[in-house]
Amino acid sequence: MAAKSIISRPVYGTLSLQPGKHHLFIADAEGALAIADLAAKAPADFFGGAHVIFIPGRDGKYADVLEALKPAQFYLGHSFASALPRLKQTLANAHMGLRLYLAGTEGLIGQAMHAALEAGIDHTSIQTEHRGSLARRMQCVHCKGITENVTTQPATCSHCGLLLLVRDHYSRRLAAFQGVCINAEDRSEIPPIEEVFR
Amino acid sequence: MGITFRKETFRDDFTFRNSPEHIRRFPFPFHEDSYMYAVNIEPHVVGPKGSVLENLIDVDEHYVAEMQDRALVLAEDPLRCQSLPHMTLAGWDLLELLMEQQALGYPEHFTLTRDGDRWRWINRPLGIDDSFTFGDVSTLPYGPMEYITRQSQGDFCILDQRDGNLWMDAGMVTTQADWSLDFDIGMNFFEWHAPVPLAHEKGIFVRALKFLTNIQQGKPARRLNWTMTINPRLDTSPENYHKWGPDRATVTPENVGDKAHLRVELQSFWRLPRSNAIVFPIRCYLIKMDELVTQPKWARRLHRVIRDLPEELANYKGLTRYRPTLVEWLSRLDDGSPTSAGFGPD
Repeated sequence: MAAKSIISRPVYGTLSLQPGKHHLFIADAEGALAIADLAAKAPADFFGGAHVIFIPGRDGKYADVLEALKPAQFYLGHSFASALPRLKQTLANAHMGLRLYLAGTEGLIGQAMHAALEAGIDHTSIQTEHRGSLARRMQCVHCKGITENVTTQPATCSHCGLLLLVRDHYSRRLAAFQGVCINAEDRSEIPPIEEVFR
Repeated sequence: MGITFRKETFRDDFTFRNSPEHIRRFPFPFHEDSYMYAVNIEPHVVGPKGSVLENLIDVDEHYVAEMQDRALVLAEDPLRCQSLPHMTLAGWDLLELLMEQQALGYPEHFTLTRDGDRWRWINRPLGIDDSFTFGDVSTLPYGPMEYITRQSQGDFCILDQRDGNLWMDAGMVTTQADWSLDFDIGMNFFEWHAPVPLAHEKGIFVRALKFLTNIQQGKPARRLNWTMTINPRLDTSPENYHKWGPDRATVTPENVGDKAHLRVELQSFWRLPRSNAIVFPIRCYLIKMDELVTQPKWARRLHRVIRDLPEELANYKGLTRYRPTLVEWLSRLDDGSPTSAGFGPD
């Protein structure tokens, strides 16, 4: 669980069963276990109306856990980017009453939520549960480039190379935390780099 | 008699200065010898002649130079001006408000004539004479918000009101005190204020939101906010922080009077008639220490405010690196005698 923070920082809950016939799950890595925990409480035919989009972590684990739930549709993606066209089409074709469940890393939840917002789904109606890595998706405020899977504080922008303070300030529209140059006033000051978002 | 517009810069050689009359009218933001956040909102009504409140939208001697600086910022970074698709109507509302107010306050410089929805706008200081159809974006060279805010001093945020909250859904932001429109656009009132220390715990934003969502058309409100800036730089954006941040390390006892500037924001809040949005102009006034201390009361008071500022606020406002130098310099102008009540100079 992420520590208590400032107000723009998203708050995640625990996935809970929602009434309805159509359920869309999007998860990465340990997020699969949040879906499995939900499934343990679900009625027998629940996943008969479910579409699961899953992006395994580097260890490739947990796909079998989700497949065993026998969802109506199951998709195994290599990355969020490769899953995105399918996700967008699913959201565009969805009927009223589609229930959306997001589980896993903040980067996955944020990007999937962004796609859902663009499709007109209100963010407060989406079930989210954070599991696994605390790695952050960060936008450099200077060059606007996004760096994925940031685990250190400070972190180097993968585009412009500035050393950035990873703030808690978060934009749902960008699905990213804000990174601001940490040594702008004196570039010779190099603070220690610590692995804090594991 | 019209305003004599100064030729000056807010970058590179930094030739920005205030005339003696503009020093006297500077909106000094401290009514007592200390500072803490408060919901310091009051009705935005016309104030004394010769003050920045003489007109509800103030145009001053820096107008032309500020508009030139804005054009430079936008050429470098067009993301400083953004409007979400549902905000165009609010942009027209803002265009009407700013044209009306500028023409009302400064008829020698601005003229608005209307024949139904066929409007003609003359802006003499910038050499503009445009005829257009109100409500038809194809008749203007930019969207309505961008068009008029390229001709109006200060930053402008347009806030959509829905679900009992205000949403930062459009803005022209080139003279900001270190916040990013591009990052914050689409956020609600609490979200975009999230990084501000101490104020959430004091319930400031809950009360401020309640006040702002109840603002009525024709009854604008205002408040002052402040920070400090090294060199008279309007564009202290986070986008360019790595470029202007080093300025903070250049302050010495010899140059602090010239380099350190008090930066005051006159923020006002207006209900817009067609869109029901709120427009939030953030008008920035700069004054260098050498100019400010020509008013002895302000010198004494600013010394006490900066000296006693809580550490979190000093950090948030970016003063930490040069505060000791500034306080030492100001202390020589503070004989310890009392200051009179109120904002104005003696």
